[in-house]
Amino acid sequence: MNDPRPATEAKPAREYGEPMVAHVNPILPDDTVTGRSLLAVVAIMSFLAAATVGAVEIVHGAAGEWRTDVVREATIQVRPMPGRDLDADVRKATEIAKAAAGVADARAFSKEETERLLAPWLGTGADLGALPVPRLVQVKVAASAAPDFGPLRRALADSVPNATLDDHRGFASKLAAISDAVTLTGLAILALVLAATVLSVSFATRGAVAANRAVVEVLHFVGARDSFVARTFARHFLAIGLRGGLIGAAVAAAFFGFARLSANVLGSLPASGNAAFYLGHFALDARGFLWIALVAAAMALVTALSSRITVHRTLRAID
Amino acid sequence: MVRFENVGLRYGTGPEVLKDLTFSIEPHSFQFLTGPSGAGKTSLLRLLFLSLRPTRGLITLFQHDATRLRRSEVAALRRRIGIVFQDFRLLDHLTTYENVALPLRVAGRDEASYRAEVVELLQWVGLGERLHALPPVLSGGEKQRAAIARALISRPELLLADEPTGNVDPALARRLLRLLAELKKSGTSVLIATHDVALMDQYDAPRLVLDEGRLYFGQ
Repeated sequence: MNDPRPATEAKPAREYGEPMVAHVNPILPDDTVTGRSLLAVVAIMSFLAAATVGAVEIVHGAAGEWRTDVVREATIQVRPMPGRDLDADVRKATEIAKAAAGVADARAFSKEETERLLAPWLGTGADLGALPVPRLVQVKVAASAAPDFGPLRRALADSVPNATLDDHRGFASKLAAISDAVTLTGLAILALVLAATVLSVSFATRGAVAANRAVVEVLHFVGARDSFVARTFARHFLAIGLRGGLIGAAVAAAFFGFARLSANVLGSLPASGNAAFYLGHFALDARGFLWIALVAAAMALVTALSSRITVHRTLRAID
Repeated sequence: MVRFENVGLRYGTGPEVLKDLTFSIEPHSFQFLTGPSGAGKTSLLRLLFLSLRPTRGLITLFQHDATRLRRSEVAALRRRIGIVFQDFRLLDHLTTYENVALPLRVAGRDEASYRAEVVELLQWVGLGERLHALPPVLSGGEKQRAAIARALISRPELLLADEPTGNVDPALARRLLRLLAELKKSGTSVLIATHDVALMDQYDAPRLVLDEGRLYFGQ
């Protein structure tokens, strides 16, 4: 005989009368006022810290760009001198510069280019032949070489006495001082923001653990080892810290992503002029985004660690 | 099982709240701990529960010197003791089932291995229909029984109960007392702290009487 029971009843899900039970709640309450406040504190402080890290990274990068751009160039000025052929001197200076070690290129400004450079001051159509106007040679340093203009300067002095080399050193050192100061200020602000973040996150965590003191006590009294209690809390608060850190970092990353996009759009507009030349590229690169991710991870760790410390302190206070 | 020898306890630099306590709790025993409010009942329970250390004297608990235990050993010994708090100490965000299962959960046991055990115990204390209820919706008597079930779930060798019938009507108090007295048969020693004389009169058991920090023995 075939089994008369329908196939769907062959395996009852549970015996009659057996209650459906299981753990549905974690040992620590998930959604509490203190938990939500802690999440908000971590998210806000992570955003501030990530934004500061990003800003410092951008300023540092831009400061570096100004410096290298200026240092990678030099100018040879050849002054007219009675009894010397200016054109020949310019040609000779250009050749010497081109032959010098570490120089990528050297180019003399032609008479017409020089006129154009002076046009804003002298007006168009001025006859420069009548004026003792010096001529310029632009020297570009190879990207791989460390700029060392000593040999070039000596070679010029030997062969073209009326030529002088300006390596922009004065300007570059001023820029270096400014960019160092800007970076240092940024780092100081970053240190303050990070300290404030760590302090406020750890205090908020302590508050949240204190709100769960009843849980610590009960776990302790039902025979939980200290390590179990600490682990339970650390895991719970790591999750809150990760969530808060990610929210803060994501908002900061979106902010910098948007800034980068709008910089690109603005940069393509004709009215933007030389903003990028003066300010450098005001956008966060991959390294900056990595820093922001690190900030989020650090926030989560701070949260977990301070919950652990507070739980151990609470446990010691109970007995 | 438990031996107290000349045990004294003081909080900080205050006066001694417990003086020269010498007594023992034998296996399979059932006794009351009584005395007026403030006589030191709760302090004595805390000593028994390793939540306080004596300022003098010797406490031997399951062959361990209680004054020389490391923190890790305390947790292991505590699993052999069940305690019912006067204020229950149930966790409000956990269901009755989860509250009662907590001692097994923290001992690292797999839920499938104790589910039937917990349900059976809850049915025994009359909470079979309240498995999924959260403590805030339980009545005083139901909370009391949940707290007792939690103390019993890990089959403790020693059960300490602080005023376990303080929040229930006399009929339920008698039922709970019968329930606790039955534990003696299964090998658990029971010590019930209460100042309810009517309750103690219903059950013929030795009484430890605390008065002004000193212990007297009665029947």
